[in-house]
Amino acid sequence: MTAATDLDRPASMPAFQEISPGRRFKNQLATVLVGLAFLAALAPLVWLLVTVLVKGLKYVFSLDWWQKSLAGLTPRQFGGGVYHAIIGTLIEGLVCAVIAVPIAIMVAVYLVEYGKGSRLARAVTFTVDILSGVPSIVAALFVYALWVTTFGLPRSAFAVALALVLLMIPVVVRTTEELLKIVPDELREAAYALGVPKWKTIVKIVIPTALSGIVTGISLAIARVMGETAPVLVLVGYNPFINNDPFEGNMASLPLLMTNERLTTTAAGEARVWGAAVTLILIITVFNLLGSLISRLTSLKTK
Amino acid sequence: MSESDTVGRPGGPGLAGAPRGGAAPDTAPEAPISSTPQGSGGNATEDTKVITRPGDKIFKALTVGSGGFVVLMIALIGIFLLIQAIPSLVDDNANFLFSRDWNADPGVFAFGVLDLLLVTVFSSAFALLIAMPVSLGIALFLTQYAPRRLSKPFAYLVDLLAAVPSIIYGLWGAYVLAPALSPISAWLNDTLGFLPIFAQGSSNLEIGQTIFTAGIVLAVMLLPIITAITREVFDRTPPMQIEGALALGATKWEVVRTTVLPFGRAGYISASMLGLGRALGETIAVMIILSATDKHFSWTLFDGGDTIASKIARAAQEFNDPRGAGAYIAAGLVLFVLTFVVNAFARSIIAGHKEYE
Repeated sequence: MTAATDLDRPASMPAFQEISPGRRFKNQLATVLVGLAFLAALAPLVWLLVTVLVKGLKYVFSLDWWQKSLAGLTPRQFGGGVYHAIIGTLIEGLVCAVIAVPIAIMVAVYLVEYGKGSRLARAVTFTVDILSGVPSIVAALFVYALWVTTFGLPRSAFAVALALVLLMIPVVVRTTEELLKIVPDELREAAYALGVPKWKTIVKIVIPTALSGIVTGISLAIARVMGETAPVLVLVGYNPFINNDPFEGNMASLPLLMTNERLTTTAAGEARVWGAAVTLILIITVFNLLGSLISRLTSLKTK
Repeated sequence: MSESDTVGRPGGPGLAGAPRGGAAPDTAPEAPISSTPQGSGGNATEDTKVITRPGDKIFKALTVGSGGFVVLMIALIGIFLLIQAIPSLVDDNANFLFSRDWNADPGVFAFGVLDLLLVTVFSSAFALLIAMPVSLGIALFLTQYAPRRLSKPFAYLVDLLAAVPSIIYGLWGAYVLAPALSPISAWLNDTLGFLPIFAQGSSNLEIGQTIFTAGIVLAVMLLPIITAITREVFDRTPPMQIEGALALGATKWEVVRTTVLPFGRAGYISASMLGLGRALGETIAVMIILSATDKHFSWTLFDGGDTIASKIARAAQEFNDPRGAGAYIAAGLVLFVLTFVVNAFARSIIAGHKEYE
């Protein structure tokens, strides 16, 4: 804090010269432009959130919305709910997390604890970087090529989860790696000095120390993949019924419901689209808040 | 961080190995931990072999395996897409790279990726053109101009832009932003229409399902990505340089221009390239916003059309025969290669900059 104010205001005003009008003008212009740039980022954020809330919030207040599916409703009929899509979104997100999180944490452990400076570690870091830039549609096509064309298995929510795994791994590896790096080496050395094997040190000392941050990262990553649309579009069909089986049959999810109902050009269709948009934003918000809550509950006591 | 590690790790085997003379020749990094109790107390019992516990071996194998798995994954993505694409490419009745028509119907089966590629690159470049200066401004605002206490919550607000799912950007862009932009695009078309880039395109300006709208939405989506990295780099400007500039009587802007910008330039460019990679692969927002068309792309912002990603997404529900799907997988392979190159390039820009770490 103090450093900043010191930087902003020199101890004594420069006695030797005035700032010329040209320089002063440039300085003020830059200040204004920079402030405007920030406002330019806020404007779409506010506009977008207000739009979605205004158009969709009124539909999510009914209990039916959270408890029923759209089964048996005609395009013109209001009513029903998005329970089937919520459950689909959650299943896909959680199945993905169950597969991706252990792999990602092990990769991060490898990078921080074992592979430092080795050629494989450099390759892994590079791959994680590339993987984080792979478009979701390419991940979806890959799983399609693997799961549907090569193995001949039907499209299913599980295939979606597999595609999401590809998108989730780099996110979790990144956060976990950063957090493991800041675990103080003294903790590791203390454990080694007591004769604790390395793997036990990692499992019992290093990871628990970083756990609260890791959990936050995971829940942010889940929130991110649950909003992905491209994989559900390619890898699973939409249906308006409730389906709890990720391996069998079509399964709705909120993004998929939106892309489908978008083509229903009735007032009811519009209601479903924007209602689902609000629901998706709510779920993502809940997962974000959950992350910080869990991290607060599980964080190690600090003096 | 790295210093403390280098002190910690190689120091271990040295300390543990020293009392036992040459007893621990080629110690793996985890060896000293398990051998420490041996080295202190068990010199007489087992002094020839360093014992590595099975738990250690298994655990290390698991982590190395996971690392290898991730590396393998990227290779597999490329290989599988290639394998699936080749039969369709062989059957292709048009030149895949240079034909501008896409027709993957089993009867015709003549598809070329060039038009899709042009729209992809054009819309992403347009988005980047808008997003780059704005995110530079945001990053400067957050790191240099905003009051210290507010810069964190402000940064959080910008990050929120990244948390919004792209389908919601798409809906907002198509149904709210596009009509709102139509007077602007009509004006641009009227007054600057003689420039090819603002010429009348294939899409209706009233509805606004144009590359212009899509590019602006993409730009908004890029802001948090470019800003996040640029901000971090700007934050690491050595305070000595800033203070030096201030001491020479520089104004705030001159401080930024002479210290922050030169220091952070590479990071900023790298961040922009990462953003470009993201824009190239953006699927659903572009699909919702752009109107599909049969016409060729004519280098104007007011065209409709399809990017590679949106074309695949549009057809995804009708992937029935492997041959037809193979055509789209071939297009996906082009996109994969494109984003791979852009991302690798972005990483290589900052790879040489030790001061950013």
